[in-house]
Amino acid sequence: MIAELGLAALWLAAALAALQLVAGFLAVRQGEGDLAALVRPAAVVQGILCVFSFLMLVWLFVRTDLSVKLVAMNSHSDKPLIFKLAGSWGNHEGSMLLWVTVMSAAGALIAFVERRLPERTMQATLAAQGFVALGFYAFLLFSSNPFERLPVPAVEGNGLNPLLQDIGLAFHPPTLYLGYVGLSVAFSFAVGALLTRQVTPEFARAMRPWVLGAWIFLTVGITAGSYWAYYELGWGGWWFWDPVENASLMPWLAATALLHSASVLAARDALRAWTIMLGVVAFSMSMIGTFLVRSGILTSVHAFAVDPERGSFILALLAIYIGGALAVFGLRAGSVAEGEKFSAVSREGALVVNNVLLSAILGVVLLGTLYPLLTEAMGVRVSVGPPYFDPVGAVFVVPMLLVMMVGPLLRWRGDRLARINKLAAVGFVGVLAGLLLAILLGAGVLPTIGLALGIGLAIASLLPLRGRNVRRLPLATWGMVIAHLGVAVALLGMASESAFSEEKLAAVKVGESASVGPWQVTLAAVDPVAGPNWTALEGVMLASYGGGSLTELHPQARSFWSPPQETTESALVTRWNGQLYAVLGKAADGERWQVRLWWKPFVTLIWYGGLMVALGGLLALVGRVREDLRRRYVQRKAGERRMDLAQ
Amino acid sequence: MELACDAQVRTQSGKGTAVSAVKAKHQRLVLVIIALVALVAAGVIAAWALRNQASYFYVPSQIASDPPAPGQAVRLGGMVQANSIRTREDGVTIDFVVGDGKALVPVRYSGIVPDLFVEESGVVAEGRLQADGTFVADTLLAKHDENYVPRELQEMNDAHKKAVVAETTQ
Repeated sequence: MIAELGLAALWLAAALAALQLVAGFLAVRQGEGDLAALVRPAAVVQGILCVFSFLMLVWLFVRTDLSVKLVAMNSHSDKPLIFKLAGSWGNHEGSMLLWVTVMSAAGALIAFVERRLPERTMQATLAAQGFVALGFYAFLLFSSNPFERLPVPAVEGNGLNPLLQDIGLAFHPPTLYLGYVGLSVAFSFAVGALLTRQVTPEFARAMRPWVLGAWIFLTVGITAGSYWAYYELGWGGWWFWDPVENASLMPWLAATALLHSASVLAARDALRAWTIMLGVVAFSMSMIGTFLVRSGILTSVHAFAVDPERGSFILALLAIYIGGALAVFGLRAGSVAEGEKFSAVSREGALVVNNVLLSAILGVVLLGTLYPLLTEAMGVRVSVGPPYFDPVGAVFVVPMLLVMMVGPLLRWRGDRLARINKLAAVGFVGVLAGLLLAILLGAGVLPTIGLALGIGLAIASLLPLRGRNVRRLPLATWGMVIAHLGVAVALLGMASESAFSEEKLAAVKVGESASVGPWQVTLAAVDPVAGPNWTALEGVMLASYGGGSLTELHPQARSFWSPPQETTESALVTRWNGQLYAVLGKAADGERWQVRLWWKPFVTLIWYGGLMVALGGLLALVGRVREDLRRRYVQRKAGERRMDLAQ
Repeated sequence: MELACDAQVRTQSGKGTAVSAVKAKHQRLVLVIIALVALVAAGVIAAWALRNQASYFYVPSQIASDPPAPGQAVRLGGMVQANSIRTREDGVTIDFVVGDGKALVPVRYSGIVPDLFVEESGVVAEGRLQADGTFVADTLLAKHDENYVPRELQEMNDAHKKAVVAETTQ
């Protein structure tokens, strides 16, 4: 009954999305009418129905209803409750339902709260949102029904992929999805504004919180995914240039560019067409990401639940949305392109350069990710990896970081470089200091550049605070400073990890020691332990930093029984200056155990930096929303006063 | 500051429009050209770098017929041959043989092998070919689940894959 309720709600929501599309479109064509009044309520009810449908699926997983195919395939009654919950989105059908749910909930929220834009633009936006949602409803209902029943209920479930049975990963996909789907909102805004030719600073201000929100979730999702891969896969790496990782990086790059160009549009009424274009591109990147992940068309270590048929469905949706949006763009771009002129040396000039460079980086990543597909069409198998992405990416990342150091110091409208000479010199000294440090420590080429620019950017990103009353600084400015500082911090972590990591691989008997960097590690015991749905061999290691006090580590080699699979659980000791990373391998021969140890100086800065970037976004979002509310309040008061005067 | 500037800019925008539309168009054209040049540059650099990547992924028969230069970083994909995994004295270095049905390549790897590294199953190794014809791997690619088959290996792996599909779609 629960499954049928969920499915019925999903059909109803799809019908409302269709209504939203038709009514919204007619409203744009014919202006106000009876149908136009339906657009906002349709969006709100659609959101509620879809959330209800998703909750029904979660309930099925909590009860482990084995008559539902999806539950039987992906869950097991022995599983801890939290992973039963996570199981509802840790698979293809569930994750697509989550996608649509987030999207329709966002649509409902827009319909409910957004009052700044002209009503017709809002209706066009909601119509576009309905259009996008409709494609995904069709996908779910015709090709990936999450509520499908089994002819005969299963006796016991298959279980969830053990690698997904990790608290970090349980919440990683929903976080990324909030980001992907948030960009669909940006897409709808862009299409809506194009349809009514209302590409104004007001439009940029209305769209910006949604892009910021999506971007924050993407940032957190990428950071968390990187840390998860680092500690769960047991290989000690944090970025792989895997197509699935790139799938989340590309929308992030586009959204970063979009955020900055929306700032220019909001402040200076320039870059209209470019901002719209980025809105379309950002969502296209989300769709391409979904396509890459779901179709299994590219080799990926992360590809779950792949199915070529579903891949074609997503590809068709991709073609319709992007093709449609580009067609509208082509027809309308000419009429919105008029914007303010500005000088090259100014805040917006720097932002334009940053946008161009971000787009170039996006192009580099996109080409590298899709290249194997292109050559395969010509019958050649290749795989593209770090030897391509690292140097080619650096060609564009390095100038972008330099612009990041200077841009925030420039004024809007127009500035002279001479004014910021002294400030820029401070950042430059930072770069030199970093360069010197890296050369003294003997880092490789890319880590040296990373360290130099990291230190320079860290200093430069604090310079906008100079001479300002920090208490009265707007939150949005704080956000920018902290986000830019976060980029510097992450960069320092990456450079330090790749330059100074030390590794030790050994086979040791119980009681024997191995050393790596300043650490001395003794394997004290190897014991069998058991968890709720796994057994493991657990190593007890005693680690001492430079002869100091002992810390215990417990790396495990786990065996899950449903599905039968082995995983490696690394153990970490975190100090302020880095992490010790330990993995227990297999029994080498009789008494010896394989042990892998890494000392990774300052590796944690990578993820702290990522979180700082997200925090910066959050501060900017809070600042913007607060400013909007204040503005709305003032307008209402002014309106009331006018009414009083009129009487 | 941005917000303060917002207000300031709006009050001044009346003067700003005095700039002739022709000039604004001219600037837009310059911007478009700069953007295009940057993107084309990105494309050219990427394409140039990608041409070298064409020789990044190898299967054993390619190594036999047209080997990469010793020391060049490449990926080797193939099937781990039956009864070929040997552990050396140090307990952490293993030797095994990767084949694609046409040729064989001996591989040496020091490290903890991925959980799903077993004989008669696909593997992708990153590393370098030595002058003596041994492939020294730095990394054996970790896999997320037992159903995953590297795409490069699908053809030689079809029998295995069909078995997996049959198992998972029962």
